[in-house]
Amino acid sequence: MSIVGAIRLRARRRRAHLRAFVKRRELTPVVDRSPKIVPHAILLLSTVRNERVRLPFFLRYYRDLGVDHFLFVDNDSTDGTREYLAEQPDVSIWTTDASYKASHFGMDWLTHLQRRYCHGHWCLTVDVDEFLVYPFCETRPLRALTDWLDASAVRSFSAMLLDMYPKGPVQARPYHEGQNPFEIAQWFDSGNYTINRNFWNNNLWIQGGPRARMFFPDTPYSAPALNKIPLVNWDRSYAYVSSTHMLLPRGLNLVFDEWGGEKASGCLLHAKFLDTFAVKAAEEMTRGQHYANSQEYTAYQKALASQPDLWCKFSEKYINWRQLEILGLMSKGNWA
Amino acid sequence: MSVGFVMLCHTALERAAEVARHWVERDCPVVIHVDKRVAKPVYDTLVTSLSDLGNVRFSGRYACEWGTWGIVAATQAASTILLREFPEVRHVFLASGSCLPLRPVEDLKAYLQSRPRVDFIESVTTEDVGWTVGGLNLERFTLRFPFSWRRQRRLFDSYVRVQRRLGIRRRVPAGLVPHLGSQWWCLTRQTLSAILESPDREAVDRYFRRVWIPDESYFQTMVRQFSANVESRSLTLSKFDFQGKPHIFYDDHLQLLRRSDCFVARKIWPQADKLYQNFLLGDPSGQASAEPNPGKIDRLFAKAVERRVKGRPGLYMQSRMPNENWENGRTAAPYSVFEGFSELFGNFEVWLGKIAGTRAHGHLYAPNRVEFAGGETVFNGALSDSAAMRDYAPKSFLTNLIWNTRGERQCFQFGPGDKQDISWFMAGDPNAQISVISGAWIIPLFQSNQNFSDIRRDAARLQKIEADHLSVLRSPWTKARVRIWPLAEFVENPMEPLQSIIDEISPRSLRRLTEAPQLADLKGFGQFLQNLRNQGMQPTLMGDFPAGEDPTPTASRRGRPYLVK
Repeated sequence: MSIVGAIRLRARRRRAHLRAFVKRRELTPVVDRSPKIVPHAILLLSTVRNERVRLPFFLRYYRDLGVDHFLFVDNDSTDGTREYLAEQPDVSIWTTDASYKASHFGMDWLTHLQRRYCHGHWCLTVDVDEFLVYPFCETRPLRALTDWLDASAVRSFSAMLLDMYPKGPVQARPYHEGQNPFEIAQWFDSGNYTINRNFWNNNLWIQGGPRARMFFPDTPYSAPALNKIPLVNWDRSYAYVSSTHMLLPRGLNLVFDEWGGEKASGCLLHAKFLDTFAVKAAEEMTRGQHYANSQEYTAYQKALASQPDLWCKFSEKYINWRQLEILGLMSKGNWA
Repeated sequence: MSVGFVMLCHTALERAAEVARHWVERDCPVVIHVDKRVAKPVYDTLVTSLSDLGNVRFSGRYACEWGTWGIVAATQAASTILLREFPEVRHVFLASGSCLPLRPVEDLKAYLQSRPRVDFIESVTTEDVGWTVGGLNLERFTLRFPFSWRRQRRLFDSYVRVQRRLGIRRRVPAGLVPHLGSQWWCLTRQTLSAILESPDREAVDRYFRRVWIPDESYFQTMVRQFSANVESRSLTLSKFDFQGKPHIFYDDHLQLLRRSDCFVARKIWPQADKLYQNFLLGDPSGQASAEPNPGKIDRLFAKAVERRVKGRPGLYMQSRMPNENWENGRTAAPYSVFEGFSELFGNFEVWLGKIAGTRAHGHLYAPNRVEFAGGETVFNGALSDSAAMRDYAPKSFLTNLIWNTRGERQCFQFGPGDKQDISWFMAGDPNAQISVISGAWIIPLFQSNQNFSDIRRDAARLQKIEADHLSVLRSPWTKARVRIWPLAEFVENPMEPLQSIIDEISPRSLRRLTEAPQLADLKGFGQFLQNLRNQGMQPTLMGDFPAGEDPTPTASRRGRPYLVK
């Protein structure tokens, strides 16, 4: 890389830090339990907005995996999300009514929290509808994974977004609080993903799955990105630059092997397509707070009107991580 | 009290304490060395937690940075104490703080009792070592390594380079033959004391102080000087991955470890509660004197390393994105591409599916939609038939299709009317079997009801595309199995080439083709070509069709053509 290139990337990273520094004023602490964070604790960060019904299962899932402390940014919820989270003993929560879009879809707020609280911690940045699955996750806690990554001198762990959907119209089976969303959204696309490699940023750009298949069949270029690097041994000099799709310094994006081998990776099961989705999509149309003028949501809104079935006869029913490994969606790498 | 343990600890001291207690309570003395870099209070906690036990000693502390002399110094110091304080110990077992005994101590005692003079230490000459990481074998002994590999990598590497270039070499002390091997050993008092009390130990130590990773070579080399009975293997089950770091055992390895019959395993994840519980507190009724048998574990870890280094052929995913030509197989399985066949034969796809028992698709790269077999709109892996999605990533489309249908051979049609982006990729793929009837694309034009000027224009365009495609297939970079017949040649005797293609697709059903696909009616075809020529377009790819004469297949020969009767 040329020196100019290096300087440009560095400037971009510093800009992200600067934005986070400016936007920190938008955050008001509701409950700050961050002094309870012990050294080497595993942290989880997330931005939420009106996700009350999803939270109980979400918290339970990640507590079971071994997340020690949760850091939430509440973006002006009106359904009791804030109050519910404030009661949890292992949660710190900040609130803001500022624009989600202007804060780069919540990333500026999270970058601030990361720089402030996550230095030296393994930290998992996910949305409330994303559930991390990694090799051996049913027998080994997250700590086993991070210890192993530490021992292997690996700083970041890739987990591709895997869209899960129900059989039949999305609205057909309502989701109840505390329920495992994958009892409803059991299905996924196993082998229709396309990968582009960005040599400049060292990252992959993965698209495909049911969203590309159903909502973007004629404009695949606009289909949402599925590559994510949610688990990072954080250093305050790091920054996410495009949601959790891409990190800087760019060496963190090298989560794949270029010489034919497989590195260890996981999946983020994406419980987006529940009955709550239609409501979200409708609300988003009026708010216009999502990526690229919410064109993704425009497409959903159009398609949802006809009550589509994302399911097709080649959909796979989710069983466990080993299934995803065999299908080639994730890999154990050399972790055995 | 026939065996004593030396434990080298640096993390998870509470686990080390548990293991030490386990051994001491079973009448085996333990000497513990704790890395100097461990904080004092942590060390003190360990000492107090074991203060109720009689047969525990703590040795003087050295800083044990990986690859440096400190580890050997620590081992020497602790072994000296063990030999001095516990005169009845016959075998000294070197273990680490993350080791876990898998079999009852009684088993180990009995095992060693029946081999009283044997030194268990992996000790291999440098020429025979295949496992060192980083390419340093003999050079470990002949270069100097004053810099830390972990913290001063650049200095380390450049100093190695400088020494190589200048040809600076250290002399190995006379009489020493460098040997390498696992750090974890079990030596007899006789051998170990001979090493520690050797008259030239000072000189030898001075030499090894600058050897790279002396913990894998000091005792391994010295033991050859003093032992009469070296059994070159370690009693500690310890596996290394391709980066040279040890594999770690977790709770889910319980059964595997049980069945391995090894005495001690390393390294155990400190929070593997189930392992510690089972092996430290489990019932002592061990198996009979079975020999250690780590075969299963070996295979598991060998597979893991292979997956990390070579990966699964034909798979492209978030953590495997090989550079071109590093794919270790561009696609996952063999597949067949047919060019011109469905134009020449009316029912070719149906016939092919039936005869070869494979999935026969139409033109997968057709401009309007993907023609999956049976007119499906989605296919295995939920591949869409949208042409836009396919053209967005034509390579991914093919590799996905082949990956998704592993175990079932895919056949598809291809031609100059299709999107050509995939040509080079297929040509370079050894899994591709490409059969071309060149010029057959003109048959649909011949049969069509278009104006002749349109036909002429289309023919010129398609001929250009196919000529380019054929030059790709004939390029020196082509790795696919390519067969090309001009249309004229193929029509004369279609069964022979078909037979050889089918034999290759399903080699087990070596039967003669009984049913031929239906050949298109080519009445007047020669004249049609002549008309094109007369209009100024030269059809070249079809071979020679005489103007007045219509091509007819000669009666196919009986039997397989290559069988000698």
